[in-house]
Amino acid sequence: MVTAVTNLGRSGVYDWLIQRVTAVVLTLYTFFIVGFILSNSPLDYATWEELFSQFWVRIFSLLALVSLAAHAWIGLWVVLTDYVTTLTMGSKGTAIRLFLQVVLGVVTVAYTVWGIEILWGL
Amino acid sequence: MLKVEVYRYNPDTDSKPSMKSYDLDTQGKDLMVLDVLEMLKDEDPSLTYRRSCREGVCGSDGMNINGKNGLACITPLSECVKGNKLVLRPLPGLPVIRDLIVDMSIFYAQYAKVEPYLQNNTPAPAIERLQSPEDRAKLDGLYECILCACCSTSCPSFWWNPEKFIGPAGLLQAYRFLADSRDTAENERLAKMDDPFSVFRCHGIQNCVAVCPKGLNPTRAIGHIRNMLLQRAT
Ligand code: SF4
Ligand code: SF4
Repeated sequence: MVTAVTNLGRSGVYDWLIQRVTAVVLTLYTFFIVGFILSNSPLDYATWEELFSQFWVRIFSLLALVSLAAHAWIGLWVVLTDYVTTLTMGSKGTAIRLFLQVVLGVVTVAYTVWGIEILWGL
Repeated sequence: MLKVEVYRYNPDTDSKPSMKSYDLDTQGKDLMVLDVLEMLKDEDPSLTYRRSCREGVCGSDGMNINGKNGLACITPLSECVKGNKLVLRPLPGLPVIRDLIVDMSIFYAQYAKVEPYLQNNTPAPAIERLQSPEDRAKLDGLYECILCACCSTSCPSFWWNPEKFIGPAGLLQAYRFLADSRDTAENERLAKMDDPFSVFRCHGIQNCVAVCPKGLNPTRAIGHIRNMLLQRAT
């Protein structure tokens, strides 16, 4: 068993499953938004406002936002542990990867909180 | 005249690896790549490579032939030569000991990790553990692996994480024992692979399937293991 502490889920299965479920949510949300825009063109502010005044749309959007954050973390964590390691970059690899993971974490949390603010007009 | 380029490196005398060119008269015959190497070695005895059975059974002469991993002994020139040129390099991603010989330690270490032997905690029967023909058939496409390492050394996930990702060869053998009706250690075996690297670093690139000289399909076996892990966890 290889130990890993910076991945999102507690195990490889969790990460794998979260990655698939969030992908489904993101696909559905993309179809929903693109479909809405296409069927309401030309789109004006009032229609857009009307859409997001509905509670379920905001919940759906929040779900998509959280899914995006989780999906991005898992995906980029995999990329970083492939390419930014001691094997590819020498002894500094681990420090650089940890730094990038912190940056990634801060950006993810910032976008998520900002998204919630926008959705609920806080 | 066939133009052959071979990767040469002798750590005792060379500061870095280089490609050496040879011209070889094949007399129009469709030789195996190993025959070509033997002819070159007659000419230049310092050329170094592994070989043993010369018929695709021992798995010693895995190498990178015109960009694709394969066994030199069963790869005919007609299958690999393009533009009258043959380029031979060691298997990618492993440390080179000399010329076409690589250090396979990490590959074997990953193989050892999957405990590639039958484990059964029930009392041993008087003669042997029987298996039905149907259960035996489940091992087809798994037991034939000759551990040539062509698959694992063509897998980008194995290149980047050779110490953490078991790799297609090891995982094919892991499934060979998970699928064996006589093995009772399924849960313990799965518990050791339930991390983000051992199995899940496989991204289904399928390079392993494309190169296996025995026509085996590690990606499918990895899919079975993933399903077993999912079933166990959900
Ligand atoms: S299918 Fe998986 S094991 Fe095979 S080459 Fe691809 S990533 Fe490697
Ligand atoms: S699965 Fe195929 S390519 Fe991989 S080690 Fe076994 S025989 Fe060689």
